[in-house]
Amino acid sequence: MENSMADKFQQKIDDDIRIEPRDWMPEAYRKTLIRQISQHAHSEIVGMLPEGNWITRAPNLRRKVALLAKVQDEAGHGLYLYSACETLGVSRDELINQLHTGKAKYSSIFNYPTITWADIGTIGWLVDGAAIMNQVPLCRCSYGPYARAMVKVCKEESFHQRQGFEILLTLSKGTEAQRQMLQDSVNRWWWPSMMMFGPNDADSPHSAQSMAWKIKRFSNDELRQRFVDMCVDQAKILNVTLPDPDLKWNEERGHYDYGPIDWDEFWNVVKGNGPCNRDRIETRVNAYEKGAWVREAASAYAEKQASKKAIQVA
Amino acid sequence: MNDWPLWEVFIRSKAGLHHRHVGSLHASDEAMALENARDVYCRRMEGVSIWIVKSEEIVANNPENSEALFDPAENKIYRHPTFYDLPDNLKHM
Amino acid sequence: MAIHCNPLLHQFILQLADNALVLGHRISEWCGHGPVLEQDIALANIALDHIGQARMYYQLAASFEDGATEDSYPYQRDVRGFRNLLLLEMENKDFGYTLTRSFFYDQFHYLLLEAIIQSDHKALKEIASQAIKEVRYHCRYSSDWMKRLGDGTEESHQRVQKAVDAFYMYTGEFFMPSAADEYMAAEFNINIESIKEKWLENIQAVLQESTLAMPQDTWFQKGGKTGVHTEKLGFLLAELQYIQRAYPNMNW
Repeated sequence: MENSMADKFQQKIDDDIRIEPRDWMPEAYRKTLIRQISQHAHSEIVGMLPEGNWITRAPNLRRKVALLAKVQDEAGHGLYLYSACETLGVSRDELINQLHTGKAKYSSIFNYPTITWADIGTIGWLVDGAAIMNQVPLCRCSYGPYARAMVKVCKEESFHQRQGFEILLTLSKGTEAQRQMLQDSVNRWWWPSMMMFGPNDADSPHSAQSMAWKIKRFSNDELRQRFVDMCVDQAKILNVTLPDPDLKWNEERGHYDYGPIDWDEFWNVVKGNGPCNRDRIETRVNAYEKGAWVREAASAYAEKQASKKAIQVA
Repeated sequence: MNDWPLWEVFIRSKAGLHHRHVGSLHASDEAMALENARDVYCRRMEGVSIWIVKSEEIVANNPENSEALFDPAENKIYRHPTFYDLPDNLKHM
Repeated sequence: MAIHCNPLLHQFILQLADNALVLGHRISEWCGHGPVLEQDIALANIALDHIGQARMYYQLAASFEDGATEDSYPYQRDVRGFRNLLLLEMENKDFGYTLTRSFFYDQFHYLLLEAIIQSDHKALKEIASQAIKEVRYHCRYSSDWMKRLGDGTEESHQRVQKAVDAFYMYTGEFFMPSAADEYMAAEFNINIESIKEKWLENIQAVLQESTLAMPQDTWFQKGGKTGVHTEKLGFLLAELQYIQRAYPNMNW
């Protein structure tokens, strides 16, 4: 019985028929999705923090509203994704608890600090750029609610990357101090952005199964290569150099070659040793705990109103 | 814990169209659910009308019954206009 | 820099603009820290409304002044130049204080915009007609929350009552006319004193429904409209103006 269900399931996947919440699915598929979608949702929520830093310090009102709207969008994306995850039978509270206790991971990139205004532009350009590379294929993911959430996310994400690039373009046309701020920021964010695609294919344990399930459509290295090829040209427009001496065009491959990634750093940041890991989680836990009395109040009020209504009806 | 109830959100994107399911959210009461639906799902002029309903109140068919529910329609091809053979020179039908 | 309108009109516009900016700035500090994701998003929307309104008023003010832009006022004046109400520069503290601050102000803001819409100043009427739609929503949002917190749990009731007691003394200033307010009343029929009664009535109704007590015997603070602020505004501006101060005269 189990076997024939599994075969039928895989057949649906192979025929590009979407899986919906109440359909039968293998437990491992459900678990993989919960892990990936919640990790994605957590990344959006934690990702609000490094950029949120600069909402109160944005250099003019136009930048301020754009940044606030952008960070708010990330809250929205987190919400769409938590909702998608909840269709798999896990509550948002449970997911948040996993984040707060360190059981669930989020994208390591957000454990790096935003120390200058240029970082806001660079996040838009490189980090959102890398995120879009990762996310666009997810719009065709086999799980319906995830795919639909990603369609909404990707639509909104393109404004993010453009607002980032515009910030950097303005800096590149500005004073010497601004150009230095820009180059310094790109130097700091380039390698962490490259790491966003995850380990090399050879070291990526879940990849093959995820590809078979069509949760994942392209390998880490494929996406990373696309990202490099895209950024090299865009860097020229900004008049910045990418901090990789090995970066050069490879005629034979039709792609840019790039230097080795420091996987030691990557795994350490994943493990919790990045510059901001502790701060980020502490901030999230704080917000949640400080909000407890508000959530309780609203629940209590709703209950009181409901019982008042019940009395009126009776 | 103290999760607020889950609500499903339906948005009419413009007059003349159906309300369409767009996602869900948590809210403690109806008024909040409506306001949140606006704040979460209508930030870019996506809607002119909102419906919300508590997720637990939605009644859905069991997918295991799908065959009994939906497959019988497959062999009623006479319900479709292409079932009928008519001459090519017949216009406007 | 020369101003091409009555300086009192100019000041009145800046009062409106500074109110919107300072409150929007404070509410924006919540972004990423809200009690629940949905409310984080709601607060950011409200902050965006306020900052958007601030921009419209600053642009109008700048149109009357040589060489000014919408950014000249928020980024280049010091504390004494700001004309916002003291209440709005108060810190967020917690969700209860934040919502109480908004509640007192939203109710006033709505009536003020109504008065502006009925006035004889065309440009202000245009801005107010757009803003009032947003503010109607703000009023509903903050008064709904006053009810949830006031009539929620014992803890929430106590917390929000404390906020009401602490902030009420900053509301008297709403209705104390500055020179600019007096000018606008005489010339354009925008009379802030006349909306006080309606405001009190509305506030009382919501507080009562929220099971909250109206503070008695209050000595009202004032000074915002003449630029005599609390200590809190300076810190807010230090953050707001940081880049412009560290790197003056550049495009961003």
